[in-house]
Amino acid sequence: MIKLVVSKLLSTALVVFGVACLVFLLIHLVPGDPIDMMLGENAQMADRQALREALGLDQSLGQQFITYFSNLLQGDLGTSLHSRVPVVELIAERLPATVELAIISLLVSSLIAFPLGIMAALNKGQAWDKSAMAVSMLGVSIPNFLLGPLLILLFSIYFGWLPVSGRDGFASIILPAITLGTSLAAVMSRMIRSTLLEVLQEDFIRTARAKGSSHLQVIVRHALPNAMLPIITLLGLQLGVLLGGAVITETVFSWPGIGKLTIDSIMKRDYPVVQGCVLLISLTYVVVNMLTDLLYAWIDPRIRQGNN
Amino acid sequence: MAKINFSVWIIILWLLISIASLWLPLNTQQVHLDSILKTPDMSNWLGYDDLGRPVMDRLIAGSFTSCIVAITVILLSVTIGTIIGTVSGYLGGMVDQVIVRIIDIFLAFPGILLAIALAGIMGPGIDNVVIALSVVGWVGFARLARAQTLSVKHREHVIAAEVMGTAKRKIIFRHLIPLITTPLLVEATFGIASVVIAEAGLSFLGLGVQAPDASWGSMIRDGTRYMLVAPHLVLVPGLALMTVVLAVNLAGDRLRDRLDVRNQISTRVV
Repeated sequence: MIKLVVSKLLSTALVVFGVACLVFLLIHLVPGDPIDMMLGENAQMADRQALREALGLDQSLGQQFITYFSNLLQGDLGTSLHSRVPVVELIAERLPATVELAIISLLVSSLIAFPLGIMAALNKGQAWDKSAMAVSMLGVSIPNFLLGPLLILLFSIYFGWLPVSGRDGFASIILPAITLGTSLAAVMSRMIRSTLLEVLQEDFIRTARAKGSSHLQVIVRHALPNAMLPIITLLGLQLGVLLGGAVITETVFSWPGIGKLTIDSIMKRDYPVVQGCVLLISLTYVVVNMLTDLLYAWIDPRIRQGNN
Repeated sequence: MAKINFSVWIIILWLLISIASLWLPLNTQQVHLDSILKTPDMSNWLGYDDLGRPVMDRLIAGSFTSCIVAITVILLSVTIGTIIGTVSGYLGGMVDQVIVRIIDIFLAFPGILLAIALAGIMGPGIDNVVIALSVVGWVGFARLARAQTLSVKHREHVIAAEVMGTAKRKIIFRHLIPLITTPLLVEATFGIASVVIAEAGLSFLGLGVQAPDASWGSMIRDGTRYMLVAPHLVLVPGLALMTVVLAVNLAGDRLRDRLDVRNQISTRVV
């Protein structure tokens, strides 16, 4: 187990370093002068020089790279070009909103996906299964930026029950969480169904049935715990869909989180903030996936003891 | 041969409309001041938008945008991804190690985030959308092609070719890639659906097609401002987008079942 943890940590560190490099190179990968991109080609020479120095683009690439990483290791993501506030502060201010949205959305999607997936697996090939999978296919095919406005149209404008946008009290999180949660639930329910179907074919399920366990007991005691392992990994991977989707969903509902900060900063061409947000979101994803992998290993006695 | 599925008809219709849009006399940018935000009626099936432009014409132009972006991105991603993945899997060793790490790094960016960042920094425009989505798109195909190559590279015909001294390049293109096309084809079908959504998403965020050109995503974005008075501005492009994505996904599901990809993969690995 310790060997596994160490090797997992090392490979994660490598990916984290790679991600940071890519984010650093983001402005350099773009063909042409990034300064032209930001200011337009008609900008004054003095302005261009000032921005070049503010971004450190007047130094050599190697020098910039060293500065970037030494700042990064000290938790310094640079300063916003627009508001002159450290990027870390901007992000810290927006973080709670995104965490809140992510947790509630995950909750919403689990509440939809587990019953739907289990029901479909237990009634494979029957009407329940087919309608559950049709619902999930529909969910996969509705993008967030369409479902969001449709929900606003129905619940905020037509019925007037919920606020259109913003973050003000519990009512305001309902629509964003449903928007983000359903797209996740659609994929999750399909995965839960197929995982459960695989487990149900195992010998131990047949044995449990043979020794007279009730249908419910087979599902709850034998099938679900074994299906949970792959589902945990899938949940970790689905966090990517959640975080990526949050960028669009937050924009639709003007939810003041990291995603909206990213888009707003892109519009203002405030690149240090864009880099900071992209780095933070990706690192969260990488670290959560490492933790789910370790959790998987810890839960599964075959892996936990096999490495000792 | 089964009869052609409903979802396939929708995809064919989408392609035909997109191709036909090149010759149709579309008035996507003609402003009718007296028809601003007019809801659909008998003479104008889909109504007019906030500038008094006919929604039908813009819908057709948007169809072309999504179609051309989807086809270009998928062709680029499949080609680049397949070659990188197959070479990596076949050669093994250091090359493989490095490529696997690079794939891991790209996969570390959740969903559409990297495409948003790239499109945002490169600036809006359809060509930048294609670049951003291809930079993100090749990774999935590379990973799949590599995994598939690993499972077929020890087959007898490959070993026979090696023994005969066939060049590595020829082995890759003649003996490996033809064997792994089926799962890649299924993956590419689902890829089209996600590229259509991604293009519309980027355009929705204002990072894609620029006004006055039309994209379903930017039509939805413009429409959300007038949802109270003219809900058709969101509903029409939204339904079109959803129908196409649903049809492509359903077709992908059927293709996967018919080609029996999952079974093939599992027997090959074992």
